[in-house]
Amino acid sequence: MSSRKGIILAGGLVGLLAVLLVHFGNPVNMGFCIVCFIRDTAGGLGLHRAGVVQYIRPELIGMALGAWIMALGSGDFKARGGSSPFTRLILGFFVVIGALMFLGCPLRMVLRLAGGDLTAILGLIGFTVGIIIGVLFLNRGFTLKKTYTLNRAEGFLFPAMQIAFFILLIVAPAFVFFSDSGPGSMHAPIAIALIAGLLVGIAAQRTRLCMVGGIRDLIMFKDTHLISGFAAILVVAFVGALITGNFNLGFEGQPVAHNDGLWNFLGMALAGLGSVLLGGCPLRQIILSAEGNIDSAITFIGMLIGAAFAHNFGLASSAAGPTGGGKVAVIIGLVVVVAIGSMNMDKSSDVTMKGDVRLGA
Amino acid sequence: MALNTVDARGRACPEPVVLTRNALGQFPLGVQVILDNTTARDNVKRFAESKGYQVVAKNDGEDFVLVITK
Repeated sequence: MSSRKGIILAGGLVGLLAVLLVHFGNPVNMGFCIVCFIRDTAGGLGLHRAGVVQYIRPELIGMALGAWIMALGSGDFKARGGSSPFTRLILGFFVVIGALMFLGCPLRMVLRLAGGDLTAILGLIGFTVGIIIGVLFLNRGFTLKKTYTLNRAEGFLFPAMQIAFFILLIVAPAFVFFSDSGPGSMHAPIAIALIAGLLVGIAAQRTRLCMVGGIRDLIMFKDTHLISGFAAILVVAFVGALITGNFNLGFEGQPVAHNDGLWNFLGMALAGLGSVLLGGCPLRQIILSAEGNIDSAITFIGMLIGAAFAHNFGLASSAAGPTGGGKVAVIIGLVVVVAIGSMNMDKSSDVTMKGDVRLGA
Repeated sequence: MALNTVDARGRACPEPVVLTRNALGQFPLGVQVILDNTTARDNVKRFAESKGYQVVAKNDGEDFVLVITK
């Protein structure tokens, strides 16, 4: 199977499973949404107390475990880290702040577009602008420096944490929260969600599916490989939404979305820029974490903290629109992320690539 | 022919591709790239092939070496 076919099939699988998860109970246009699921999981663990978004999402657990098993089998599993971990945590934090302004990670943005949610168009434009700014940084030598090989045991901690989350979900001790209403109360049965997550984890690990990478590679290298996965999700989820009666074209009354174009734009610009600097969208961070990439696991923790902040301090938008605090947080996020981009330039690769190119070696 | 070498080990994508692109800009006849993960290996290979280069991949212990020539 050519790798091109693989990524299109993986995208199609994600689109199909997203449609099925909505059919089985997930909120509309939210078959998958990594950031929303991290937010729900943060709520389920009681890290924030927004009653409508509390549920430990088995999709995330499945994705991590599917990718982990696949990486172990293929030899891709390798514990490594040390590439500017705290910077990555901060970037993960602000990617979530931006995404929760828009109400969706890049993957859900595609699913919202597929479901006819036209408010996501300004999100997509903002996302693309954010990626273009990120590409400017990359082209001028932005780097978070090298990763180093770590003890193999370090790589097992992230999947172990996901298993612990799953145990908490199943055992449901009193300190774990479950929404009675709102998006957190809407979910497919645990087994279906877990299996859907496993399949996506396996497919995304094999194909390196990434929403940010799709647009980034197209701009930087005129490479359409990753974006063909993006397109496949869009097409399959669109057809699926039509068939299941969840297609609703328009700007108003879209499920778990608002119609404030400026803030949809700025929120996704922040998410896009932050994700480019991180090297991948939130989905990709989960997959990399499962492969033993500790930098991505740290990013996941940053995203979890970001989600908890977003709901503890009223920064996340709701269907009613953005909040004042959320707008301030997105502006701060843009400033911080641009500063991170500017302050991590490797001048040497800019000019002579000294140290990376050895003449006559 | 001795080729200039790009050591992209420990670099997260897309940096290995950026380094390779910059190196090929400087040395258009070809370079050799050392990588330490399959994602970077495949991405660099795809990039070089899309630019019309021939790519030979070799394993070197834990690392991968891509010989990229016209």
